[in-house]
Amino acid sequence: MKSSVITFPGSNCDRDMDVALKKFGFKNKMVWHADAELPKSDLVVLPGGFSYGDYLRCGSMASKSKIMQSVINFANSGGMVMGICNGFQILVETGLVPGVLLRNKYLEFICKNVFVKINDKQNKYFKNVNNEVLEFHIAHNEGNYFCTLDQLKKIEDNNQIAINYCDENGKIEDQFNPNGSIKNIAGIFNKEKNVLGMMPHPERMIDKSLSGEDGSLFFKSLINNLK
Amino acid sequence: MIVNEKVAVDHGLKKDEYAKICEMLKRTPNITELGIFSAMWNEHCSYKSSRLHLKNLPTKGKKVIQGPGENAGVIDIEDNDAIVFKIESHNHPSFIEPYQGAATGVGGIMRDVFTMGARPIANLNSIHFGSPQHKKTKNLLRGVVHGIGGYGNCMGVPTIAGQTSFDSSYNGNILVNAMTLGLVKKDKIFYSKAAGLNKPVIYVGSKTGRDGIHGASMASASFDEKIEEKKPTVQVGDPFTEKLLLEACLELMAGNSIIAIQDMGAAGLTSSSIEMASKGNLGIEINLNKVPCREAKMSPYEIMLSESQERMLIVLENGKEEHAKKIFDKWNLDFAVIGKTTKSKKIELYFDEEKVADIPVNTLVENSPMYDRKWKKAKLPKKNKIKKEDIKHLKIIDVLKKILGNPNVCSKEWIWQQYDHTVMGDTIQKPGGDAGVVRVHGTDKAVAASVDSSAVYCWAHPLTGGKQVVCESFRNLIAVGAKPVAITNCLNFGSPENNENMGEFVECVQGISEASEYLKFPVVSGNVSFYNQTKNEGIKPTPAIGGVGLIKDYKNMITMEFKELDNLVLVIGKTEGHIDQSLFARNILDEKNGPPPEVNLFNEKNNGETLLKLIDNNLIKSAHDVSLGGIITAVAKMCIKGKKGINIKKPKYLINEIEYLFAEDQGRYIIEINKKNFKKVADMLNKNAVHFDELGTIIENELYINEKTKVTIDELSASNKSWLVDYMSK
Repeated sequence: MKSSVITFPGSNCDRDMDVALKKFGFKNKMVWHADAELPKSDLVVLPGGFSYGDYLRCGSMASKSKIMQSVINFANSGGMVMGICNGFQILVETGLVPGVLLRNKYLEFICKNVFVKINDKQNKYFKNVNNEVLEFHIAHNEGNYFCTLDQLKKIEDNNQIAINYCDENGKIEDQFNPNGSIKNIAGIFNKEKNVLGMMPHPERMIDKSLSGEDGSLFFKSLINNLK
Repeated sequence: MIVNEKVAVDHGLKKDEYAKICEMLKRTPNITELGIFSAMWNEHCSYKSSRLHLKNLPTKGKKVIQGPGENAGVIDIEDNDAIVFKIESHNHPSFIEPYQGAATGVGGIMRDVFTMGARPIANLNSIHFGSPQHKKTKNLLRGVVHGIGGYGNCMGVPTIAGQTSFDSSYNGNILVNAMTLGLVKKDKIFYSKAAGLNKPVIYVGSKTGRDGIHGASMASASFDEKIEEKKPTVQVGDPFTEKLLLEACLELMAGNSIIAIQDMGAAGLTSSSIEMASKGNLGIEINLNKVPCREAKMSPYEIMLSESQERMLIVLENGKEEHAKKIFDKWNLDFAVIGKTTKSKKIELYFDEEKVADIPVNTLVENSPMYDRKWKKAKLPKKNKIKKEDIKHLKIIDVLKKILGNPNVCSKEWIWQQYDHTVMGDTIQKPGGDAGVVRVHGTDKAVAASVDSSAVYCWAHPLTGGKQVVCESFRNLIAVGAKPVAITNCLNFGSPENNENMGEFVECVQGISEASEYLKFPVVSGNVSFYNQTKNEGIKPTPAIGGVGLIKDYKNMITMEFKELDNLVLVIGKTEGHIDQSLFARNILDEKNGPPPEVNLFNEKNNGETLLKLIDNNLIKSAHDVSLGGIITAVAKMCIKGKKGINIKKPKYLINEIEYLFAEDQGRYIIEINKKNFKKVADMLNKNAVHFDELGTIIENELYINEKTKVTIDELSASNKSWLVDYMSK
């Protein structure tokens, strides 16, 4: 399986994603934001970080960078595109997934483990994950997902919510919402479910010496589903 | 502008210093030259009051590749890997403008590290605030934490450990010390020594603006009522540009183009160019019209003294300019050839085709002032005797809860959750333990780091305090299973012109020297921050020690949370019952006098090394050093983190229960072992003449003391976790 990780100026989880993808069997290439062409890929990842310093608005400038036109075309033709954290912010700026990401409710950067419940498994990202609840890790300042009521209705009608913040038993309640996201949304799909944007960093959960190992479950499922 | 003695004094120079400048130049300096002298000769850059004493610090060792004098220290961690690290203060700017002050402190120290070719892999910080009741404290704390996070998070470098304290002596002068560790291949370390004639001098990074002019001079003076007016001397940070600068510099460093490189920190272009020339015994010629400027019509004086951030000065090999420019263009950074190295041994500046400065480099560096300041030796205070009636009404559990909720002991999760501590995917011990630990990427090795200070002990008796801080750093590294390698120090003190403050400095440094010599724990880098005072009131002496240690196989790392029911808990090291200057004495008995706990370097070394042997033999399940609040506080924290209880039986000592549980004797650890290994552990401790007590057994959910007193771990956890969150949300 071939993957590509895009490096924008200010990306800082690009290496971590490269390490994770390779660990689970992807042949990964790093792609520079100013390139015009994407290499042949089965998966394109927009990594976390502070692209363009998050100046203007998180993800907004990166969404206009040269490579993104190819990424958008790739996504529109059904290619798998995943945006993590800042990558999710870039995805909402391109319009590939609906909604926006606001500043966290308590106005503070937050770095900690959270639990997320998988809302939908009929997609190539989560299809073979056996667990219903995963322990993931977040590290962000603007992860407060918001959309209009009309958008929310469509998202729910199309079953586009990927994961919600919850407790270890999968209970989705306000007290388990770390950043104020509407409906505890931690990640969403586009309508066709080939594009996934999520705030948690599965690449930081791939080794029991780190914050946990549930990221491994996600990557193993992902590569198997793509085969 | 005409330069005279008054103008010189306004620049922070003393009258005799100005006279010396005129004498050395054999003329009156012009305003640009005066600005350069004032920047190079202030306390912050010249170390004029401290140099004499810093010479005595032990700086050499088998593992030391580079000691003090470079951008940062370097230690060998084997297999051609090396760790570059340093701590630095940004106290004065952080008090005036907490967000930017703290942010640029973090940016500055990371630049010091990647200037040497190392990729930063961990940040730490030691931050000290005034009394929680003081009206400025809350905003300063919030601003500093946001600033540290804002910069470090954007750079993508994990903040893995730190220390926060509150004390009214910081009401008018907070401390913000930032430390960075970087990883480099031993044969790819870059230095700041220029070499060769007619080599191009390159400016890269951000443009030069009018921010931070005279920042270093500001940091070399006391505060008064007019500090708010000094806001323009605080630099403004741009972590995004620094991230680009990091990547661009490392990309250029991969080739063989760089002769010398130096970041523009305090005193900007002035100190960077002069340091490179001085180390290389060369001259430097700069055309200031070539310096990329943010604003029009900046004068030579402003260009030379600006402390705009995220800039570097590089001496390149001839013919490599195009190659280097391509890299900086790729990262959208300014790049300009602004001068060349010369044989004149002078710094010569040109602007609008006129020579605007012509100063022999040695007058700025070697011949800068050095003072042997008067200092007063501190007496060891008399011991207090605890009166029975003072303690008989105390209930141990109430005292314990109070101590766990004390601002200086309570959980600092509210702070470190705002720092990205997991980026780079190698953080294996997060903040909240004895030390932070990161793996050396792609290897089995890991590096542990901790930052410590004990201002109360240093205030009570500077010599003992200085020793104690080094020992505490040593212990914190050992407690996670790391072999201590070297330290960096950040020496925060009041005015060197006050003989008591100067005495505190001299004796703390002496204490640090003694301990670091004995423990073979050399000082490889550091920084001095004087004038931490408002009007005539100095802070408590606060040397902060950043320690770094090596774990050969990261799977053998130790954490502090209790692991398993029925395991035994031992105290390593003897408890004599030293209560003076303990948290218990100061906060429960309200007794602020008396000597700090004695430091016995033999025991410290022997206890620590023996514990490392136990760890090497896989006999230790968890470990934690005993510090503020004594044995019971240390044990309670291990219970809270492990969500387990303990059944404590006080050993049959002559000292009473309170002294045993709350004393802050040094050289002690709490360890958890499997019952079946007790004999092996006891034998090894006995063989090495290490005193130990059997303290108790791990049980579920509750803490018992001598069968009669008990409390649930949830209650203790609530006492420990609520104070800071409540304080910040009020």
